[in-house]
Amino acid sequence: MEDLSTEGPGFITSKLSEAVAWARKFSIFVYPFVTACCGMEYMSAASGHYDMDRFGAGLPRFSPRQADVLLVVGTISHKIAPILRRVYDQMCEPKWVVAFGVCTCTGGFYDNYSTVQGIDTILPVDIYIPGCPPRPEAVLDGLIKLQTKIEHQKQIL
Amino acid sequence: MTAQDATRETKSMLLNVGPSHPAMHGVIRLVTELEGETVVKVEAEIGYLHRAFEKSCEQSSWTQAIPYTDRLNYVSPLINNFGYCGAVEKLLGIDITERCRYIRVIMGEISRVTDHLTCIAASAMELGAMTAFLYLMKAREYLYEIIEEVTGARLTISYGRIGGVKGDLPAGVEGRLETALKKTEKEIREVDKLLTRNRIFVDRTRDVGILTKEDAVSYSITGPMGRASGINYDVRKAFPHFAYDKVEFDVPLGERGDNYDRYLVRMEEMRQSIRIIRQCMRDIPGGPVNVNAAGKTIPSFDLVDQAKLGHTAGLIDAFAAVEPTLEGSERPFHDRVMTADKRVGLPQKENTYGNIEGLMNHFKLIMDYHGIRPPAGDTYFAVEGANGELGFYVASDGKDRPYRVRVRPPCFFNMAGLHKMLEGYMIADIVATFGSINMIAGELDR
Repeated sequence: MEDLSTEGPGFITSKLSEAVAWARKFSIFVYPFVTACCGMEYMSAASGHYDMDRFGAGLPRFSPRQADVLLVVGTISHKIAPILRRVYDQMCEPKWVVAFGVCTCTGGFYDNYSTVQGIDTILPVDIYIPGCPPRPEAVLDGLIKLQTKIEHQKQIL
Repeated sequence: MTAQDATRETKSMLLNVGPSHPAMHGVIRLVTELEGETVVKVEAEIGYLHRAFEKSCEQSSWTQAIPYTDRLNYVSPLINNFGYCGAVEKLLGIDITERCRYIRVIMGEISRVTDHLTCIAASAMELGAMTAFLYLMKAREYLYEIIEEVTGARLTISYGRIGGVKGDLPAGVEGRLETALKKTEKEIREVDKLLTRNRIFVDRTRDVGILTKEDAVSYSITGPMGRASGINYDVRKAFPHFAYDKVEFDVPLGERGDNYDRYLVRMEEMRQSIRIIRQCMRDIPGGPVNVNAAGKTIPSFDLVDQAKLGHTAGLIDAFAAVEPTLEGSERPFHDRVMTADKRVGLPQKENTYGNIEGLMNHFKLIMDYHGIRPPAGDTYFAVEGANGELGFYVASDGKDRPYRVRVRPPCFFNMAGLHKMLEGYMIADIVATFGSINMIAGELDR
């Protein structure tokens, strides 16, 4: 039988983990990988009217090294897929991926030779936001879901 | 040059800008050759957003191709819709109703304003003017609300139909449209004050990225870019489609063809578009709807009550005042926005459910392998898209699916002439010039 006192996180570690989760949740730096139509709704969601900044995700970083969340916005064709994968590989841990729009979720109605049928075939996806394109409200909902996910997962320090 | 300089070896540097560069909008790669900071040679690599538009259209029916056209130029999808529908209507040889012509002009011009707003916003943001970006996005939001009210969607609207539009303008939209236009004008004035005489903005754009008139002609560049270079060509004036022959507007022309001129042309075009919308809202024909035999409106429940009492004499030609739905299928609204041609126009819902002719008509248009069948042949129809001449070449072999749908995307030609605007300038000017071109990958790569 194992010693119970060494199993599980202690008081200080669990409180530290919660603090880190809270901090990470509200300081999301997104890398918007914008390719297509969804970019218009991303612009709407990011600017004054819907204001993603309210959720701490207002500052896009166009360098993968500085970003936490890869926001894949718009259709990914087979030609751009390797670049997307490379951007993902360049990001530092911890990192999350949001599939923005139905093209990135499943390929959408571009069921053809040139389109990647869902970016989860090339990289792990945390949150799917369906819609063609999703309304800004849906984007904010996805963002809140991502925050919940960040909050409840194990924090790697 | 001294002897020492001559022996010094110089080497040009190759630099890839994009495709994951924020100013390249994610989908284009510029292979640039630099000497110091001067750009010597530029090659644009395109095709990162190829979505097989033509192949998809060939596999869908004529009506089902409309959603694919939304996503060509996703900043002004309404114009694409109407361009495609116009091409198919030309192939079929059918006329659309007068009210529908005006609706197409109004919605197309709203779309053009949103497109120019987005272009100026993005290019200003890339030069560091975040405030202008936020103001213009605010203005775009007002117009998106109107588009949503009329079409049911914000961006990918699929509002055009072969032979008409999806539905009539909702009741009372005039006032809300006017409010939105006033607010938009206010934002445009604000941005005009922020940018037009702004020293930093003028320094970055004046005499940068010059496209001469000759180059613009030889690369067949149209639209705001061509007009900024001094080419007086606007499809709305040259080949008036829809109701453009009935409205007054000016075509702004630039003199130098630099980034600043392109900015000014877009700003003026937005004002002209708003002018067109106002004229159309004033002149749009209504038709005798919502009135009874005595010329008065009858609410639908009153109509039913009267009929129950047997007072049907004066009601046979009267229309009930029912709410217009997005389908536009209620009897009074259907005829106004949809052609009476049975080959393309879905019958009114009352007829579909009420008699066998309507049912068969509906069936023949909806079922696979029946559908709309234009006669064998091909045609070309162009509208003035937000970036230039947006042409649709459609070919039919008499079946229910398009044989070919080819688009003449204005961006493609702009990209062909891109190196003329970048070579000889500094590398930092790539961002300023590229922003002023308004490259839309959806229609560039299709």
